[in-house]
Amino acid sequence: MKMKRNFGLGCALLGAIGLTSAADAAEQITFVSQGGAYQQAQTVAILDPSAKKLGITINQDSIPDAWPAIKTQVGSGKPIWDVVDTPTGNCLRGGEQGLIEKLDFSKIPNGAAMPEAYRSPYSVSYEFYSSVLSYSQKTFPKDAPNSWADFWDVKKFPGRRALRNHPFATLEAALMADGVAPDKLYPLDVDRAFRKLEEIKPHITVWWTSGAQSAQLLNDGEVDMEMAWNGRVSAVAKEGAKVAFTYNQGILQSTSLCILKGAPNLETAVKFLNEAVDPVHQANLPLHIDYGPGNPKAFETSVIKPERAAQLPSEPANAAKQALMSYAWWSSPAGEAAEKRWASFMQK
Amino acid sequence: MTTSVPDPSKKHLRREHGLMLALVSPALLVILALIVLPVGWLAWQSIYHDGFTLENYRRVFTEDVYWRSFALTFEISLAVTVIALLLGYPVAYLANSVPKGWSILILSLVVLPFWTSVLVRAYAWLALLQRTGVINQFLRYLDVISEPLALVHNTFGTVVATVHILLPFMVLPLYATMQKIPNDLMQAGASLGASPSLTFMRVFLPLSLPGVLAGCTMVFVLCLGFYITPELLGGGRTVMVSMLVSRNVELYNQFGAASAVAVVLLLSVLAIFFVVSRFISLDRVLGQK
Repeated sequence: MKMKRNFGLGCALLGAIGLTSAADAAEQITFVSQGGAYQQAQTVAILDPSAKKLGITINQDSIPDAWPAIKTQVGSGKPIWDVVDTPTGNCLRGGEQGLIEKLDFSKIPNGAAMPEAYRSPYSVSYEFYSSVLSYSQKTFPKDAPNSWADFWDVKKFPGRRALRNHPFATLEAALMADGVAPDKLYPLDVDRAFRKLEEIKPHITVWWTSGAQSAQLLNDGEVDMEMAWNGRVSAVAKEGAKVAFTYNQGILQSTSLCILKGAPNLETAVKFLNEAVDPVHQANLPLHIDYGPGNPKAFETSVIKPERAAQLPSEPANAAKQALMSYAWWSSPAGEAAEKRWASFMQK
Repeated sequence: MTTSVPDPSKKHLRREHGLMLALVSPALLVILALIVLPVGWLAWQSIYHDGFTLENYRRVFTEDVYWRSFALTFEISLAVTVIALLLGYPVAYLANSVPKGWSILILSLVVLPFWTSVLVRAYAWLALLQRTGVINQFLRYLDVISEPLALVHNTFGTVVATVHILLPFMVLPLYATMQKIPNDLMQAGASLGASPSLTFMRVFLPLSLPGVLAGCTMVFVLCLGFYITPELLGGGRTVMVSMLVSRNVELYNQFGAASAVAVVLLLSVLAIFFVVSRFISLDRVLGQK
């Protein structure tokens, strides 16, 4: 189905190229994100306003996992996408493998003004979410677990537990449970993390694989506490379930914008990339969905009310309680080795 | 068909062969385009990545992750097959021995779940089996148990739901075979003084064995490739081969690493078919002639 859509898009673009040579058509780019409510929120908050301001047309496409498509498109020598919103690790890995354009930050003033931890030579942070410790308020009406050490403490906090079936954020949580400070995590001590995970493994009821599954577990009372993405927990809470979460020791993760190597509309893509991380557009995003802006300057714009800001993962005070995931480490050989080790850990 | 031609002159025969070929060629083309080419391409990817390499296969045969998944997949498939046979045989037997109207009703009930998506059925089992699910609530209400039972998020839940999904593939071949067993044989057995159970054991059961073999093969082979059910009901610990395939795409970012796993699974399925075909003609398994 995806192929078909891309094929259709390809035809549309071919047609567009034909038109450009005939008439001097308006500048355009193809922007790709992950679809669903998330892409709709961006369209209202960021994409439509940016298109209007720059006078360009933004064609949209969506794909749950952009990485294989990035590889195939750039590999074919004729990419059809320009800008991709994808987990930051993909931008870094793609940059190292020559699949992603190196950015000239002199043309991206909004990106250049962001703190260095929020950008890389190939990408700028676009939005933030967090892997947090969430729990049932029915099981824990007071004295709820508040740290990963609490999550690991099965005597003090009895109950069923779930973790994500993936090493990202899970290894970080294990190390924090073992006493490593949130800002001293990287490079991860992988052996130590897996040792700590072995401890909690018998007490994990479910290793979830999708965000929807984590929400269902919490909503149905199937588990009493779990690691989950903040947006999923707040969505369940909004529907009336007695659940809550803490940002304390959350693992702050991001998606970033990056440009495909040899993108058909490179110059316009760079202009768009700068506009998309404009503090005001960025501040509009959390008004439509439970994700934090990728540009911290958004919190200085007064678009986000203080009560709303306090709910967001990348709000400075919340961010200070959390660990910022190092995508550079996860895409290093050590990170990739840790990722491969996960499967054998799960089966033992 | 050709034998029914009244005058099998060579010209006539050739024309008919040509016509037959023209008739089947769209189907052959579809099979070629949708099955042979993609599978061939995947197999090629597993041995070719910037030059010939057996790296993907070395990994499959040396790392114990793969060995464990293959072992677990075969164990689960075996368990599902045995349970489906024990449950399915009496159902097929009943459908075979009651009047036509009743047998249609029984078979419809068997086939009915087919029309519900696999995903929906997996969630339905979740609603039944989980901690706050119907079964645990009921057992606690009756005071049979004090702590909820771990019925799902493990291999048990996976097997239960898989049996449910695959049961029709056991019942239908069994029923088809039983239909062809002439009732006269049972009457002959009875008239010679054999008890009903002896007639069943000595006459009916042996004659139904091709159906048993056909049903078991279908269920076993289909179960080997299950993905959604273990993914949703296995709790993350039940890593079947199909899940390794998807994990390998994510982990190694090339189709070759995944297709090597698929190729090994495909070859094991073909091996099973080969062994089975030595006991029973494959027409019977697939076409139920």
